[in-house]
Amino acid sequence: MGLSFISSILFATVVAGTPLIIVALGELVTEKSGVLNLGAEGIMSVGAVAAFATAHHTGSPTLGILAGMGAGMLMSLLFGISALTLMANQVASGLALSIFGVGLSAFIGKPYESIALASVDPIRIPLLHKIPVLGPAFFEQQGLVYFSWLLIAAVAWFLYRSRAGLVLRAVGESPVAAHSIGYGVVRIRYQAVLFGGAMAGIGGAFLSVFYTPMWVEGMVAGRGWIALSLVVFATWRPTRVMIGAYLFGGCMITQMFVQGSGARINIPAQFLSALPYVATILVLVLISRNRSTIRINSPASLGQPFLPDA
Amino acid sequence: MWLKFEPRPEPSKAMTYLSPILAVGLMFLSGLILFLILGKSPVEGFKVFFLNPLKDSYGVAELFLKATPLMLCAVGLSVGFKANVWNIGAEGQLLIGALAGGWLALHFEGSHSPFLLPGMIVAGALGGMLWAAIPAFLRTRFNANEILTSLMLVYVAELMVSWLVHGPWKDPDGFNFPQTKLFSAQATLPILLAGTRVNVALVFALGALVVGWVFMNRSFMGYQMKVAGQAEFAGRYAGFSAKRSVWIGMLAGGAMAGVAGISEVAGPIGQITEHISPGYGFAAMIVAFVGRLSPIGIFFSSLLMALLYMGGEQAQQYLNLPSSISKVFQGMLLFFLLGSDVFINFRPRLVRRRK
Repeated sequence: MGLSFISSILFATVVAGTPLIIVALGELVTEKSGVLNLGAEGIMSVGAVAAFATAHHTGSPTLGILAGMGAGMLMSLLFGISALTLMANQVASGLALSIFGVGLSAFIGKPYESIALASVDPIRIPLLHKIPVLGPAFFEQQGLVYFSWLLIAAVAWFLYRSRAGLVLRAVGESPVAAHSIGYGVVRIRYQAVLFGGAMAGIGGAFLSVFYTPMWVEGMVAGRGWIALSLVVFATWRPTRVMIGAYLFGGCMITQMFVQGSGARINIPAQFLSALPYVATILVLVLISRNRSTIRINSPASLGQPFLPDA
Repeated sequence: MWLKFEPRPEPSKAMTYLSPILAVGLMFLSGLILFLILGKSPVEGFKVFFLNPLKDSYGVAELFLKATPLMLCAVGLSVGFKANVWNIGAEGQLLIGALAGGWLALHFEGSHSPFLLPGMIVAGALGGMLWAAIPAFLRTRFNANEILTSLMLVYVAELMVSWLVHGPWKDPDGFNFPQTKLFSAQATLPILLAGTRVNVALVFALGALVVGWVFMNRSFMGYQMKVAGQAEFAGRYAGFSAKRSVWIGMLAGGAMAGVAGISEVAGPIGQITEHISPGYGFAAMIVAFVGRLSPIGIFFSSLLMALLYMGGEQAQQYLNLPSSISKVFQGMLLFFLLGSDVFINFRPRLVRRRK
């Protein structure tokens, strides 16, 4: 294996992991406020198609990302109305959002199938991109890759170093206590849900505008669900999301690895494609095995509706 | 003035049953608006989508044909949902059921044994149960969230089908199409009504509704599961095993989804292809919720859901819209239902906004 091959494997791993980081961090903030939004798959799908359509019509990938973000927020607003205002079951509301979003994206995206966008030039970080092997893999990437790193720092700072983050965590641990000292639980949860939606929308946009770059029905392919599992894997800690995301990113590119390594093993493509899903299950088992880890780290009110004035 | 939801002292029985009707009404209404946005005449759109599929007796028969797998999956899922066991992987269990039963059909090709077809159905149920047993085991033994694991297994099952029809099970005389040989007549479900495609799977589905009703309403185990779902701590205090609820809920869903899967490949499809199910396993969750997790409700909601599938095909043919419009309707229906359900436990009141 040559050095350039290792470099390109690293590059592809980072690219595959990036949408997972962004979506999982959004969901992490949502869950820290005590809300379980299982709709990430649907939000990503709609975000991806909205971003693709916008980028295709305007020729601007940046506008595409913004459109994906906006679409993601609109989708999560639907979830908010159902789960927060109308106090419906959060699991069912999230499932509804996933089913609706996957269907809606297929419907909207039909005319855009078999169109490809021009690939976007990467942004080179001066000096750093010249580091052998690591430079091309980490510092010659799309803007959203750098954004994902900044996002990890920002979310970690927000949750553990800022007052607003403290309030958000309080809402997630004990909404009744937070309410009784005057915090608007429903308002804060709406903000967290909208943030999660925005990030899932951006994650979807990354897939359709930079990663493929085209729109195919079902192209999100479970990444929204993997991002949800990633939050559990990271035991609700932002920095660990990155490790998990690159781990799964690595699983997603095994095909490339096997082909490039020149090994003469004949594995059906479907087996390699199944790897990220099997890995997700294994990781969930390993982390959840210890009940107290989950109980200590997960927000205490996760998934439970909050009724104001009760 | 400000709309406020006030808790009811008792959940409203009437609203429990009115809510799905309200949701369907809202879905029709937004359907009209959707057609308007798409630049189609709402009246024409409504006619094509909701009335065209049923304009002759063949259409009605097709409705029952499409409702059959939905009914089977939904009644199985409803057992788990009652106990808060979230099996969302019925789609995968359906596919593995189709593979398990289909394997018998291909392996004993040309056999005239009267046991072949019943054996295929049993194998289908066992295949679905096996696939559902994985998340059940991981949940009860390792505490792994069954929502995420059951869903992940859907993708694995899809890839398994893809591998088999592209590889080992591909019909050698099939011009390289990714599909198996056609099942022989002995391995195909008998047609119930001549001139239609409705087969005996409909009888299985109706039977499953009856068994589901008896289990949930007349058996002690069903009662335990309902208690576990409605009041987890009460159930635990009474000594009802939470693990058993998970196992029963999961296996019931898996078995029924597996029967649905083998009934599709040994029924209207007649072979294993990459397109066994247009998302029946996911739509069945909506069917179960709209049917209030009750067999009678599921009967009607599966017919409605089948109509949405057929409406999508009609819309593609006559309105030049993608058939995925039916999934938009399905998603809207579930959202409206969840929203309407607020009236079961709350009553709306206009109050003056506090300063």
